[in-house]
Amino acid sequence: MLELAEHILDIAENSIRAGAGTVEIVINEDSAKDLLTIEINDNGSGMTKEEIKKVEDPFYTTKTVRRVGLGIPLLADAAKMAGGSLRLKSAKGKGTKLTATFALSHLDRQPMGNITTTMLTLIAGNSGVDFIYKHRHSDRRFTLDTRQIRKEIEDVPINHPEIIKYIRGVIDEGLREIKPTA
Amino acid sequence: MAKLTIDDLKKIKEKVHKEMSLRDGDRRVKVTVHMGTCGIASGAKEVMDTLLQEIEAAGASDVVATTSGCMGLCSREPLVTVEILNQEPIKYEYMNPNKMRQVFKRHILAGEIQTPFVLAKGAEVIK
Repeated sequence: MLELAEHILDIAENSIRAGAGTVEIVINEDSAKDLLTIEINDNGSGMTKEEIKKVEDPFYTTKTVRRVGLGIPLLADAAKMAGGSLRLKSAKGKGTKLTATFALSHLDRQPMGNITTTMLTLIAGNSGVDFIYKHRHSDRRFTLDTRQIRKEIEDVPINHPEIIKYIRGVIDEGLREIKPTA
Repeated sequence: MAKLTIDDLKKIKEKVHKEMSLRDGDRRVKVTVHMGTCGIASGAKEVMDTLLQEIEAAGASDVVATTSGCMGLCSREPLVTVEILNQEPIKYEYMNPNKMRQVFKRHILAGEIQTPFVLAKGAEVIK
């Protein structure tokens, strides 16, 4: 994977497969501290201490259709290559919080890539799950919360083409305002 | 471009409600883009985005796009499954945005299976 937006999609898909009803994605670009932080929080099934120990092992997976589990190892590697790290907090039955940090100006930091299509893929592809997307760039902030959208549209499905078009517009507009550099 | 507001969302809701009352059918087609690590690394996100844009452009509210995890055929990714109501599912392999556009226009809208891209017909059994 060559873009951080793809890693975010991959980890959030893990959250959904773990039964999460709400997934929060927080991206924080702090130019003053030269720090990029990506947080993914979910209320899925969580992991045991034993499972947490093995998450960075590419030959460990809970899946039965294949013998490798590359999602977290690839993100951990991307973070380490850019002078950062990956931390994971999880409790069985409560959910998981993943934090990846990167030196913002590091030559080997992967570009963010297209975060709009990551969010649209998650929202359209998992219409029963709520997503909270927060993106901060220094003192500028943008938040998208599908729970608020759902409240307004009532019985219209969130993955209806017109709603997806609206969400695409809102994210693009929000990102134009906060001017992300990652 | 004018700023998008909650009022815009309310207008969309009213428009969709009017359309829904004119139509009795629900979802005719389900398209699953397999979104495991292998799929994403092979370009599944671009395939999904192309699909969403085609659905938007065609106003095809009877087509639902969804994602699923890896089904174990990582070397054939990106994989897309098209399920049309009362027909056997068709699995397409090695997809990309151009192939997705073709499958959308020719198979999903016109009903012609795009044989050169087909991996399998029918549902997989996961043991």
